[in-house]
Amino acid sequence: MFDFDVIVMGAGLAGMRAALAASQNGSKVAVITKVYPVRSHSNAAQGGINAALTDRGDNWEDHAFDTIKGSDYLADQDAVEVMAKEAGSEVINMEHMGAAFNRDDQGRLGVRAFGGQREARTFFVADFTGQALLHVLHEQVLNSGVKVFEEWFVTSLIMQEGRCNGVVAMDMRTGELHVMRAKAVIIASGGVGRVFEPSTNALICTGDGIALGYRAGAGIMDMEMVQYHPTTLKNNGALMSEAARGEGAHLLNSEGERFMERYAPNMMELASRDVVSRSEQTEINEGRGIDGCVLLDARHLGEKLINERLSQIRQLGIDFAGKDMVTDPVPIRPGMHYIMGGIKTDIDGQTSIPGLYGAGETACVSVHGGNRLGANSLLDTLVFGRRSGEHASEWVKNQTSASVDDSYSKTDREAIQNLLNRDKGEMFGQIRLNLGQTMNKHLAVYRDQNGMEQAKSDLIELKNRYSNVIVHDKNLIFNTNLIFTLELGFMLDCAETIILGALERKESRGAHTRTDMPDRDDKNWLKHIVVSQINGEPKVDYVPVNITKWQPQERKY
Amino acid sequence: MDVDLNIARFNPDAEGKSPYRQEFNIEVNETDTVLDGLIKIREEVDGTLALRCSCRSAICGSCAMRVNGQAVLACNTKITDLVSNKNKSINVEPIGNMKIIKDLIVEFDTHWEKIKAIDPWIKTDSSPPEAEYIASNESMVELAGVMGCIQCGACVSDCTVLAVDETFLGPAALAKAYRFIADPRDEANSQRLKDLNEPSGIWDCTRCMQCVEVCPKGVDPMGRIMKLRDFAMEAGFKNTNGARHAEVFSEIIRNNGVLNEFWLPVKTFGMFNIPEMLKLAPIGLKMVMRGKMPPIFYEKIPGYKNITKLFEKTKVL
Repeated sequence: MFDFDVIVMGAGLAGMRAALAASQNGSKVAVITKVYPVRSHSNAAQGGINAALTDRGDNWEDHAFDTIKGSDYLADQDAVEVMAKEAGSEVINMEHMGAAFNRDDQGRLGVRAFGGQREARTFFVADFTGQALLHVLHEQVLNSGVKVFEEWFVTSLIMQEGRCNGVVAMDMRTGELHVMRAKAVIIASGGVGRVFEPSTNALICTGDGIALGYRAGAGIMDMEMVQYHPTTLKNNGALMSEAARGEGAHLLNSEGERFMERYAPNMMELASRDVVSRSEQTEINEGRGIDGCVLLDARHLGEKLINERLSQIRQLGIDFAGKDMVTDPVPIRPGMHYIMGGIKTDIDGQTSIPGLYGAGETACVSVHGGNRLGANSLLDTLVFGRRSGEHASEWVKNQTSASVDDSYSKTDREAIQNLLNRDKGEMFGQIRLNLGQTMNKHLAVYRDQNGMEQAKSDLIELKNRYSNVIVHDKNLIFNTNLIFTLELGFMLDCAETIILGALERKESRGAHTRTDMPDRDDKNWLKHIVVSQINGEPKVDYVPVNITKWQPQERKY
Repeated sequence: MDVDLNIARFNPDAEGKSPYRQEFNIEVNETDTVLDGLIKIREEVDGTLALRCSCRSAICGSCAMRVNGQAVLACNTKITDLVSNKNKSINVEPIGNMKIIKDLIVEFDTHWEKIKAIDPWIKTDSSPPEAEYIASNESMVELAGVMGCIQCGACVSDCTVLAVDETFLGPAALAKAYRFIADPRDEANSQRLKDLNEPSGIWDCTRCMQCVEVCPKGVDPMGRIMKLRDFAMEAGFKNTNGARHAEVFSEIIRNNGVLNEFWLPVKTFGMFNIPEMLKLAPIGLKMVMRGKMPPIFYEKIPGYKNITKLFEKTKVL
């Protein structure tokens, strides 16, 4: 058995920031991650990180308002205020740690414009900001006392009398299960992208943390809010950064028209993501698309700027769509990208379960509400990662270790053995694909009652199929077949919270747009939907939105 | 279209534990990558196939493997680029210079140990400024070029020095070291260069270009190692065979206009360095016997003075 003060699940930006903060505050900290830290999906964030720096004339209240308007007024304003106020110090902190941010002529941090914001306040490293920050944070973790369990897979949370006292995790190298006791557990294991097919997300984004929280009884909030990114590549669905539009690229339909003029005359291509994705989908649905796509046109930006600031996505276009953005418009379409919802936490990362924290995409503070602004996700991971780590390390000082022993891995060990013993049934692959397809069909940019009901009944059938799933590989050493099968179980649980949340919300707000209920209804639905699992059954609750000083208004870009 | 993926497999649990080959004939689309093919196999044909992969966008560094003998990221290697009407077979193996765990999965432990060995974090003596460090955009773009490394291990896999000397720090760790030395914010350059000047460091690269060839992110590890050599010599670390080799090489050309291969090793090690001279003796003897011994006395080339002038004008060494 291992024993720590604080265990962090996940080694992306939120997890490593939490671990560093807790460690610097004197806690004995472990990070458990199913991939090497630098493989985490924070890598994929391309465009940048938002912060309103006062020393260059910006102010946090403007950033907060843009975020709240972007959220379609579903974000909790106290949380948004915290994020906007603490953004500057997090960005500067990363710079001091060694992030190679782009500079302006005076050698100070440079900015680029991003969607849904009236000021250019997005700090960036070319078009791989997430990777740049992830590797720098990993450098800091290597120089700290944090113990990292690399390629270990968490199978369950250890719960005693409603309190979280650690995790059970598998060392993937040996297949052995270990009990890992902790006074506090911070879940920072990212999003749920693989629940949808296609998705911009990495194959590791399987909602493990959200599902573990759900199974343990934590409230899961805003799950109906699924972000479709406006520019994902035709064919493989790879992400083409919003930075392209931030740098001035246009969106064109089959007639060569900059169609955003009709939907968002002021902000044009830089309206918030839900607005741009809906506009594109409308163009495609009304026959002005090209083969299910519209075009991202960056030709007028010139080769020099593209090479310096958008080199990675230029290469993606060449590799996967056969289009060089220097000479050709690139076919793109809206694609599933991010989940605004997650385990409900307060501004210090505390969930409804004592000893359990959440941070990053796994968590829902809620700072993104109905729609997240581009470049606010990196910020979310750092601010609330740090706050969770700080709070947890303070909290554990007054806690004694629970009585936990090696027997706590018995249930998981038996379940895995039963799974491996099963010989007749189907593999995870088709079940996962069918789940992704039904979610992408019925819980996409546009939704309606019938479609969502269909998804609900599909999910019941998929769960039945999953109860007979088989694992081909019977060998415990690095059994990826087994891991994928366990992940699929997590994904099915996450899908349940998404579908239930979406069916519950009887209005259109942010990313949740219903063709059968097209209007926002502040009178009845200015509230969060929380799904939790009580005795194995889902239960829906409501939580009011925290409004500090920005009353809901009509949302126009 | 259909394609044959010929995969090198290894089952750590099997009797005898010997690697074997298995060929899968699968249907693929024109835009599919090698990774798409492998995923198709493990999801539809054989769930036991083990490989690492995640982002599918060449940013996470998980899926480095050898395809047709060369290290690549499977996720940005298109199948159509590898097959023709005559040949529809693709050879897939784990990356080299690392121990195999299972099928295409290798132990990265030695890789991370070498990364850790270069103290991969920024070191400053003074406390940071209140706001950001002031730095030129050029310096940051230069850094971003090397920080684009995704630690996929492709360069480590195909490094020809690591194949014969596992103590070599290797292209990835040395490129990472360059990242700190080129960083205007880092204040530990002198110590870093001193450490890298040791055996297994910057002077052990043979400049074979293999790492540059296979790097999927254009990091140019060998180019970084060469810059580190320049930095080390500029910082006064000249007491290595490598540094002396560079200086002697330069000196001979400057004075003669042509390389004298007899004097190059002799002067590099020092004529009175008896142990090294004794080590060279057997090679010298073999060369004499095969008629390959370079002449002791070289003619300077006509117009060698112009070469000397070139050296003075460009002020190298």
